[in-house]
Amino acid sequence: MSASAKPLPPTFVRLPRLVALWLIAFAMAAPFLWMILTSLKPLQEVESFNPIPKNWRPYNYSRVFEQIPYARYYFNSIFVAVWVTTLQVFTSALAAFAFSRLVWPGRDSVFKLYLATLMIPGVVTMIPNYTLLVKLRLLDSYTGLILPAAFTAFGTFLLRQFMLQIPRSLDEAAEIDGASRWQTFWLVVLPLCRPSLVTLGVFSFLGTYGSFFWPLVLIKTEGLRTLPIGMLFFDSAYGKQTNLIMAASLMSVLPLIIAFLCTQRLVVKGIQAGAVKG
Amino acid sequence: MKTIFNADRRHLGPALLFIAPNFLGFAVFTAGPVLWSLVVAFSNWSILKTEPFAWTGVANFIELLGDSSFWLTLVNTGYLMLGIPFSIAGSLGLAILLHGKLRGVVFFRTLYYLPCFTAGVALMILWKALLNPEFGPVNHVLEGAAATLGADGWRAPTWLQSTANLLGLEVEHVGLGLRQWGVGARDAIITMGLWTAIGGNNMLLYIAALSNVPEELYEAADIDGASGWQKFRNVTWPQLAPTTFFISVMSLIGGLQGGFETARVMTEGGPAGTTKTLAYYIYEKAFTEFRIGYASAVSWVLFTLIFAITLMQWRWGAKNNEE
Repeated sequence: MSASAKPLPPTFVRLPRLVALWLIAFAMAAPFLWMILTSLKPLQEVESFNPIPKNWRPYNYSRVFEQIPYARYYFNSIFVAVWVTTLQVFTSALAAFAFSRLVWPGRDSVFKLYLATLMIPGVVTMIPNYTLLVKLRLLDSYTGLILPAAFTAFGTFLLRQFMLQIPRSLDEAAEIDGASRWQTFWLVVLPLCRPSLVTLGVFSFLGTYGSFFWPLVLIKTEGLRTLPIGMLFFDSAYGKQTNLIMAASLMSVLPLIIAFLCTQRLVVKGIQAGAVKG
Repeated sequence: MKTIFNADRRHLGPALLFIAPNFLGFAVFTAGPVLWSLVVAFSNWSILKTEPFAWTGVANFIELLGDSSFWLTLVNTGYLMLGIPFSIAGSLGLAILLHGKLRGVVFFRTLYYLPCFTAGVALMILWKALLNPEFGPVNHVLEGAAATLGADGWRAPTWLQSTANLLGLEVEHVGLGLRQWGVGARDAIITMGLWTAIGGNNMLLYIAALSNVPEELYEAADIDGASGWQKFRNVTWPQLAPTTFFISVMSLIGGLQGGFETARVMTEGGPAGTTKTLAYYIYEKAFTEFRIGYASAVSWVLFTLIFAITLMQWRWGAKNNEE
């Protein structure tokens, strides 16, 4: 809006906007505030109307770790997410390079095949993948959690779009200087698409960290549960201990909040460039 | 022509090496499974091996049509998707609110985006506690407000435990009735969905789109003496049409295949199956009954449904853009 050209709007125009902004901010924040305050209450205060604890119980947090193998869930989630993210970003970047920089017979048909699968709902591939992993005896294993998620058509598509924007003259110059294709990829193209690599990385980390369906059907052993699955069973087994459940929930979203605050600029830009698979 | 072909050949070797890791994984875990599931959909394949394997033709699809719980999940899926227009309108509203000169815009944007970024099991468990009919803060507030207004006997909804719904849909059979009219589990899930989504990705997309609307259009509208609403109706809304189109396509695709996680965590599909969606139905057939053939058939029905609706939307979108 051409606000700079006009005199500032009078207060009675700006006030409703500010009130609306703060009301919505409160609506968004209130559930989180209730979660934090409830996680610090003793159990008998959970049902009280007063949201502020009378007796503060910070050690609710350590009790979560005593009651369930929470540290183990944390480790499993992060371990699996880091592996999936690394593999996804690396293999997608390699394939995107071949799709955007090299000219070879059949390239466009293969790329169309990739695109065509983007529309297919996850559940269509999950059923065959489950039977495949049963055959491979990979149910209930880290490999089973990591491998099927490690190769995405979506990541390839996303990185290809970014790589197409990098001027061709750069790799031609590198080739004239005697660089191999690997060197062109590793030393010229990859550094230039760092922002898009980070964006893809954040989204695949988020997706894997929060992934629910696949670990739910795949994992039977308690020690291999990831956070969402651990939380699900904690909630159904200890559902009455709302204070501990809230402490556990808060701890499970904390890494996400930190990750968001660190990468906010890239994440927002990435989404605005269409980097999210609905 | 020949030289171009040679150039292609020169790249083929390295291209294959670059693409191989991704392509192998893609072929084994995406492309292969898609074809496999289409084939298995015409069989009675079951992991439990309760009966010998056989090709059963379209038997799975016929069984599906006659299964009343399939129709209930279809109705539920449709009902939950009624939240989509409200969600899109909300995202647009927030984007407009955040657009333009504002101190602390990053603060508000971050706060609005938080529920979307942290969405998942933890927040579903949180909402389950918030909506708890006995001690949840939502009903504390509602009943407190009712008492101050003098309606002491008023009972707040039981949310996730109720089959009531705002359309008055019956549970046992297809139909409408006053008995079922009210606020229930499905409405609770829509409410949570709105809280999660309105400040999410769609809002960010709208913010980006709003800043791309050419300034001159508003200036021209000002000269013509357009009111705020007229400017929105005749400038902003048409300029945002491609974004709205993209968002609604993605929301429909997401809505048709969604709802499993929420229902599994918050209600286990209940009460009386009213929160089970198509994805939940497929989950049960594949992973609790292990009827892989039947579940594959249903997953292809879901895919066809998504494809058909998206195609219709594209047609409709293309027609509207021509006008």
